[in-house]
Amino acid sequence: MLKAKNKTGLVFFPAFDWAIDPTHPEREERLLYTKDQVFEEGLMDIEGIKEFKPLQVTKNEINRAHFCVPDIETVTTSSHFISAGGAKAIAEKFAKKEIDKGFALVRPPGHHAMRVVHGGRGFCNINIEAIMIEYLRKEHGYKKIAIVDTDCHHGDGTQDVYWHDPDVLFISLHQDGRTLYPGSGFTEELGGPNACGYTLNIPLPPNTSDEGYLYTIENCVLPILSDFKPDIIINSAGQDNHYTDPITNMNFTAQGYAKLTTLLNPDIAVLEGGYSIEAALPYVNAGIILAMAGLDYSKVKEPDCNPASLKESPETMTYIKNVCDKVLALWDSKNDLKKRVYGDDLIFKRSRNIMYDTDGIFERQFEHVTNCDKCGGALKIDSESDRGWKITGIHAPANVCEKCLDQAEKWYKNAASEINYFHDNKNDRFERKKR
Amino acid sequence: MIIGIDVGGTHTDGVLLSGDKIEKSVKIPTKKDNLYQSVIEALDSLIENQDVSKIKRTVLSTTLTTNAVVQKKTSPVAVLVSAGPGIDPKYYETGDFYKVVTGALDHRGRELVKIDEPELRKTAEDIKEKGIQNLALISKFSPRNPIHENQKEKILSPYFKNIFKGHNVSGHLNFPGRINTTWLNAAVRDSYEDFFSSVSKSFEKRGIKSPVHILKADGGTMPLTESVTFPAQTIFSGPAASVMGAIPESKKDIDSIILDIGGTTTDIAVLAKGVPVISQNGIKIENLKTLIRAIETKSIGAGGDSYVRVENQNLLIGPERKGPAMAFGGDFPTPADAFVFLGEINEGDFEKAKKAITSIAQELKISPEDAAEQIAQKASQNIVNAFNEMILEINNKPVYTLHDFLDGYVLNPKEILVLGAPAKVFAKRIEKISKIKTIPVTNFSIANAKGAAMAKPTCTVTLFADTAQKKAYAVSENYEESIPSNYTREDAFAKTKSLLYAKAEKMGADMKNLEIDTIEDMSFNMIRGYRSSGKNIRISLQIRPGLVSE
Repeated sequence: MLKAKNKTGLVFFPAFDWAIDPTHPEREERLLYTKDQVFEEGLMDIEGIKEFKPLQVTKNEINRAHFCVPDIETVTTSSHFISAGGAKAIAEKFAKKEIDKGFALVRPPGHHAMRVVHGGRGFCNINIEAIMIEYLRKEHGYKKIAIVDTDCHHGDGTQDVYWHDPDVLFISLHQDGRTLYPGSGFTEELGGPNACGYTLNIPLPPNTSDEGYLYTIENCVLPILSDFKPDIIINSAGQDNHYTDPITNMNFTAQGYAKLTTLLNPDIAVLEGGYSIEAALPYVNAGIILAMAGLDYSKVKEPDCNPASLKESPETMTYIKNVCDKVLALWDSKNDLKKRVYGDDLIFKRSRNIMYDTDGIFERQFEHVTNCDKCGGALKIDSESDRGWKITGIHAPANVCEKCLDQAEKWYKNAASEINYFHDNKNDRFERKKR
Repeated sequence: MIIGIDVGGTHTDGVLLSGDKIEKSVKIPTKKDNLYQSVIEALDSLIENQDVSKIKRTVLSTTLTTNAVVQKKTSPVAVLVSAGPGIDPKYYETGDFYKVVTGALDHRGRELVKIDEPELRKTAEDIKEKGIQNLALISKFSPRNPIHENQKEKILSPYFKNIFKGHNVSGHLNFPGRINTTWLNAAVRDSYEDFFSSVSKSFEKRGIKSPVHILKADGGTMPLTESVTFPAQTIFSGPAASVMGAIPESKKDIDSIILDIGGTTTDIAVLAKGVPVISQNGIKIENLKTLIRAIETKSIGAGGDSYVRVENQNLLIGPERKGPAMAFGGDFPTPADAFVFLGEINEGDFEKAKKAITSIAQELKISPEDAAEQIAQKASQNIVNAFNEMILEINNKPVYTLHDFLDGYVLNPKEILVLGAPAKVFAKRIEKISKIKTIPVTNFSIANAKGAAMAKPTCTVTLFADTAQKKAYAVSENYEESIPSNYTREDAFAKTKSLLYAKAEKMGADMKNLEIDTIEDMSFNMIRGYRSSGKNIRISLQIRPGLVSE
């Protein structure tokens, strides 16, 4: 009889009656074969593995991570509340020590959703990991959090939410942005002035397979994690690095995913992308669940898997090793980076344009953040979209210092956009005013 | 007239009903080594001086299968499985000979690896050498396509007396559960067959020509003849009999909790508007996960004889029983002693009850009256906690659609029916703690037999259609059909319904009063590239458990 070494909690919410549209990769059918495989394996019956029903998140739990424009109702459906609620349910069981590990196998995904949400980007509307992390910080007192995003696409949404936060280390491994949506995630993207070095990007070349990927985890990600010493490790577990994925170009396998999970040893995994719904997902998910539970996954292999033909070339391996060395060097020099990259202004500014591919929205942002050595800084975002909305969002992070909180309040008092938001995560205070 | 006989662990109860009125009843001690004898003894007592031609049906509930498993009196079985990708099947080893043989299907039932005939023949020879005559064949994903199990049966039938195939036991996906259930059917078949033929002969000899049915764990019945193929279905029919017996006492427009409080345990079940809540996932026996549907029950170690003691100034009750109450000749204090001391039970030795309660009171440094009340309160509280937890568990069962998440049925019990000897003394306290109307059901000692007698036949049919592969299967019905690519959910539903009707008729159901529940009804568009390659349809229907309206 099988018995899990780690008490493992699963929330499985395939939303069999929800799709972005009928032929979209994010459709009803996506987790159908995964459910069939997981149930036929009897995974939910294994002693030590327990399935939980998702919760629903509240609007304020969403507000901790987002400014939704014009409001939460407009940019979400009930599926988003339940998907984020699935991650929250796992986090709750973990924080209460009812489980040693947890996996939220939910959809729709979230890692492309940034702090300001005008609509859907990369199939994501709200960031289910960020909402979960803010819940863990506020309700359960977690301080230092590490997110390792192993989706094939750069986790630009999560990166954006935690760009200024030195208490949240965000590491994204993904197919090089020059070859794949969203076209970002280069090693130079290191985090904002108050958190420089706490965002790390590891762009991997197309055709990276098990050896290259696991090399990166072992020789780059793990040393950084052990240096950072997080209270909790979250894995944004996208499954689209798989060799059969229809919208990416990587060569990762189910065995690779299971080994990655064993190596990374995350406390909580949250499903992100992965659109090879028949040839990859059933096996990858079975592998991840078994790996989290500490069980034998040696026979979990795709029927047509031929590792030899998937193996990366020696040139690709050399390239990967160079990227890893570069990222390690950046991590080691993070204390000097701030001055080098940002200088010492009292308030830093940046402007940028953001494309919402899923909903076809174009956004322009202008950002102010206070220069602070004590916290993530007060953040003000002026945002306008081609749908006609003009908003100002003011955010005080969970770790905000008094001075920055003062600044945030001042900004809010003077804010005069169409809609103005004040989100103080430290005191769970969420206000908005219209002009 | 109908007859119901429930062969329980200690007693065999029987009733003869006319309509729902009890004409005659019998309670005899069960002969543990001869259950057949217990059935016949009860039967003879019930039909004495009766016109047997008026008997319309007989329903039996027995612990035969349960006993065979618990006492390890099962027949030797060889288990051959084939698996393909996933958990290594070596972890599911079951039976007296277990081997993983060649062959694999994927999650849509497509063949990945063919079976190997020479390997199978060689294996059959090896099994024969060991003298094993029963064979269980299970392939991973056989509910999606039974081809490998059927091919193997064809090759191996010359070597074995009985062959059991996994897809026949359930259309549910659960490979380990299917291995266990198929093994269980094979392992109890021999002893069950003996019982079955003895019972049939005895009924014949007494001139009873009407059908004989067997009660299943889901509170439904199946014909005796049918039960020989699926003897495993009869496990845990005893608790089912009690739940069915409580249905006439419940209100049909609210949800009810049924508590059967005994000396050692309290069994909890739930009725949703008069219909028992069924666990679709299958029950466990001796730690063995099966795919046998059963009435959802929870059994806790809390009863009139639970062991009461004080540890670190804390009053503890149960879960173990160390014997009867001191008032009834036992050595340790129990809740029953508290009830005797409080004058709520007017039996037993009051002085001994007083001694029991005083010993607890001294340790708690309170008066014996307070101690007795605390014991009664705490014992009731334990039961309330257990059923609250059970309701929460049922309401928190995972669901997989927004519709079920947002609009699914939520149990909200408005009455509690308490059965068992100490029902009355517990009921008033349970009502006060739970704030739910609590009714002690008196004269319940043979309601289990009545429940068995009045139980309706039940069955389920699960259909899987894949229009890209142009195939529809209802594997447990041996139904397999080529379907056109424009086959719809409606076609699948109609087909499932007609298969269910056919099965219900075979099960002896009253075809004029069939109530059907939809367990699963889903159709997925399979999109490959940007166009539809077909539909993936799953329909599962059941006949709702209930009582015959005779």
